[in-house]
Amino acid sequence: MTNEKQETTAITLTVNGETMSGVVEPRMLLSDFIRQDLQLTGTHVGCEHGVCGACTILIDGVSVRSCLTFAVQAEGCRIETVEGLLERDGKLSPLQQAFSDHHALQCGFCTPGLLMTATELLRTRPGASRDDIRDAISGNLCRCTGYQTIIDAIFDMGTRLLAEEKSA
Amino acid sequence: MTIETKIGIGASMPRREDARLLSGRGRFTDDLLLPRMAHAAMFGSPHAHARIVRIDTAAAAALKGVLGVFTGKDLAGVMGPMPTLATPPVVQHCVAFERARHVGEPIAVVVAESRYIAEDAVALIEVEFEELPVVVDPEAAVKSTGNAVLHPEFGSNIVHQSRHAWGPVEEAFSQAAHVVCREFRWPRVGPQPLETCAAIADYDAITGHFQVWANMSQQSVIGPKFAKILHTDMAHMTFHIRDVGGSFGGKATLYHVPLLAAVLSREIGRPVKFVEDRAEHMTAGNQHASDRLYKAELAINAENRFTGLRLRVLDDMGAYFLIATGAHGNALAQATGPYQIDALEYDLTCVVTNKTQQAPYRGFGGEVGNFVLERMVDAAAAELGVHPVELRRRNFIANDQFPYRTPVGNLYDSGDYTRVLDAAMALADEHKIWDMPKHAAPGKRIGIGLATVNERSVLSMTEFWLLDADPIFPQSSSPESVQVSIHADGTVNVSIFAPHWGNSPETMAAQITAHELMIPPEWIRVVQVGTDGGMLSKGPAGSRYTAMLAGAILGACTKLKQRILAIGAHRLGVLIDEAVYADGQVTCKADSSRAIALPDIARASHSHRLDFPGDDQTFRSGLTESFTCDHPRATLPTQDRTDLGVFYPIVGHACHIAVVEVDEATQSSRVIRYVAVHDAGTIVNPRLVDGQIRGGIAQGIGTALYEQYLYDDEGQLVNATLADYGVPTSEEIPDMILGHVETPSPFTAYGIKGCGEGGRLAAMPALAAAFDDAYRDSNLYVDRLPMTPSALHTKLSQLKPV
Repeated sequence: MTNEKQETTAITLTVNGETMSGVVEPRMLLSDFIRQDLQLTGTHVGCEHGVCGACTILIDGVSVRSCLTFAVQAEGCRIETVEGLLERDGKLSPLQQAFSDHHALQCGFCTPGLLMTATELLRTRPGASRDDIRDAISGNLCRCTGYQTIIDAIFDMGTRLLAEEKSA
Repeated sequence: MTIETKIGIGASMPRREDARLLSGRGRFTDDLLLPRMAHAAMFGSPHAHARIVRIDTAAAAALKGVLGVFTGKDLAGVMGPMPTLATPPVVQHCVAFERARHVGEPIAVVVAESRYIAEDAVALIEVEFEELPVVVDPEAAVKSTGNAVLHPEFGSNIVHQSRHAWGPVEEAFSQAAHVVCREFRWPRVGPQPLETCAAIADYDAITGHFQVWANMSQQSVIGPKFAKILHTDMAHMTFHIRDVGGSFGGKATLYHVPLLAAVLSREIGRPVKFVEDRAEHMTAGNQHASDRLYKAELAINAENRFTGLRLRVLDDMGAYFLIATGAHGNALAQATGPYQIDALEYDLTCVVTNKTQQAPYRGFGGEVGNFVLERMVDAAAAELGVHPVELRRRNFIANDQFPYRTPVGNLYDSGDYTRVLDAAMALADEHKIWDMPKHAAPGKRIGIGLATVNERSVLSMTEFWLLDADPIFPQSSSPESVQVSIHADGTVNVSIFAPHWGNSPETMAAQITAHELMIPPEWIRVVQVGTDGGMLSKGPAGSRYTAMLAGAILGACTKLKQRILAIGAHRLGVLIDEAVYADGQVTCKADSSRAIALPDIARASHSHRLDFPGDDQTFRSGLTESFTCDHPRATLPTQDRTDLGVFYPIVGHACHIAVVEVDEATQSSRVIRYVAVHDAGTIVNPRLVDGQIRGGIAQGIGTALYEQYLYDDEGQLVNATLADYGVPTSEEIPDMILGHVETPSPFTAYGIKGCGEGGRLAAMPALAAAFDDAYRDSNLYVDRLPMTPSALHTKLSQLKPV
């Protein structure tokens, strides 16, 4: 129970394309490391028990609850957070813009997690149906919108990606 | 007027708030990291009711990295008890001492270098408790004696009892052709925003000044109360505005989190952050809502018209009584709903029990009243053998009765209930809802339910005390302020004084200012200013913000436009009434080619004072005007409460039609179709109004089907995680079909009515009726929520003994 001599570990990982490192206690949550040590506060913590999905990030392209992951587990991994979604010129990405266009956010607290879940889905299955999307985002709680407009935004984005794929 | 139609009131203008929230640059409280910031964690009571015999904090205090450990007694010397609206007050301390009254109640707090260390230290605190009898059943609480009384100074667990009657109640019931009687049990649920309550405070020992960042609201109204509790004054406190990750009402009474951060910062001399974890939010956040038992009677005459309503209500407030009877005052604003019912009796008992206390939640008791009334109407229809839709039509207040005074004295401003009902029926028809077969799939049955409810909006404050004979603090102000400044280049700064908590205050301010000044919204910057701005803001509560903000902006812009016109006319060399302001310029009425644009007027106002008459304040330098909008129509109740006054007169209306599908084997259910038509008066931004309605319905579905705080007999909250408490996911919420009717309010700017709560004011009775319909062959009547599979199973087995 004492932390007089909590051992620490050095970790290095890639976050949104940049190499970052830190020294952490083994028990430090990845969500806390991202928010406090890296000061990337776009990843939100809603329940700290892996249910609400607000802290969802991508590790090596796969969606993960950062509140259920220790920072040390991310050693050497490629992490993507909401801050990495912006276009190079600093503008909103088409997915982010679609969320705004469809009014897919109100308070915005769950939004970063939903954007990351949607990013993973659209990379793998841009042709996902509305039912597929409903299923894919069912691990991300939103208390404001009733989800419909979130599904609209992701479906709209998927439709556009599919059209781009076909024309390419 | 081209600009107005594109960008003004009625346009789905994109949201101002979105860019930062979508890019991870929101300004939530926990996002703020201050130098030398310390972190607080609390020790919550493991017992629902216990005397605190001894607290040993030595081991916790000795832990490396711990900056301080404080018990309730320690803090009682440096701060007062929490604010309360109750008469007489039920005393509550931020950290309890002597007695713990519910599981999770803070017993001690630790401040440490990190939250990890703070929580390590919490685990080292040893408390000796002497357990007391636990009260979790409100009906048992009425009879509690001895050690089962939570607050001995009250002598019992009854903290409020009143009986009021308005109109000819006895006559209505003695002469009734038919009286319908039912009992209801309303479940304890809560707002459950994704962001828990959070605060950061930074006390400067040199100046004695506090800075507070918290996801609270109405900082300018609550701030002075906090200052008094902290033994200081508002000249030594600054409350900053942060983004709020959802409130739905609960954070309107967020007191102990910012108060604790503030007092701890002063005690340890460093900035302190205190963020609830989810379990703390659920057990100790003071964030539960109405928990009621009803006995209801509806008198009906031979023409099937409702003549009287009797409501006997028992409300389980939890361990304290912060919101007093506010949620009953609220229900009384529209207790008779959209129907002409001339007599009402309201018999209320509020008890305290060993649960976390109540706070506001979207609907604030009005949704419970709506549920009970609509269920009574459905029961009446069944007993009378009348179609429930026809019974509603027959009893609706007619269009020529507005403004309509309800039996309690509240006023309904305007409405067209038949048109809303017709629109909803037509939408359901268009989407083939009436044609849906009862057994569409094998093993499934469907039911269709309808509700027609009112949506009182634009809070006035009297609801919190009008049931008290002699209130300690009869507050009646509910102001909203803005300051509008036009810069030298013609662009505009609008200062508002309320947080973004899921509504769209910046968008609303920009849109309404653009409408009123007839300029592009890109010229307008909206800034949220805390208490240093010095203006009063009640903020978002009781579906008031947009209507009140619009009144404030209209007031400020009217003053500005008078000065803009005077300056422009002077520059053009004409009299004021020979010129007109429109579309961002002042133009000569006689010669439209002679005009001066707003940027030129602004530059003149900022820089060329000596070009204008010296003694006329109209031409004083700069174009800044502020305006505080008070409630447009509220009045006080009479001393004897035979007339409660006008307290919620901006009244919308809604008709919801819900379709549920039930699995016959498991009795699990889901909502498969949903139609909602709302009248929220003049709509400022249709897309945002739809968003509010959908969100409210989603929460209504949660209340009706999935959610409930469950306490066991020992007062343990057994589902204090989001895995166990059923906040609906995307799988549980269907796409919704929405429609609108607009009857503008004659009382507000532009005719706006509130719409923030409407979805949750209407959804539950429609869903309950849908369950009834699904099991019409078994005579199911839903009188309690949520209709979980086990609840439905129990109900059905009572109807059909196996």
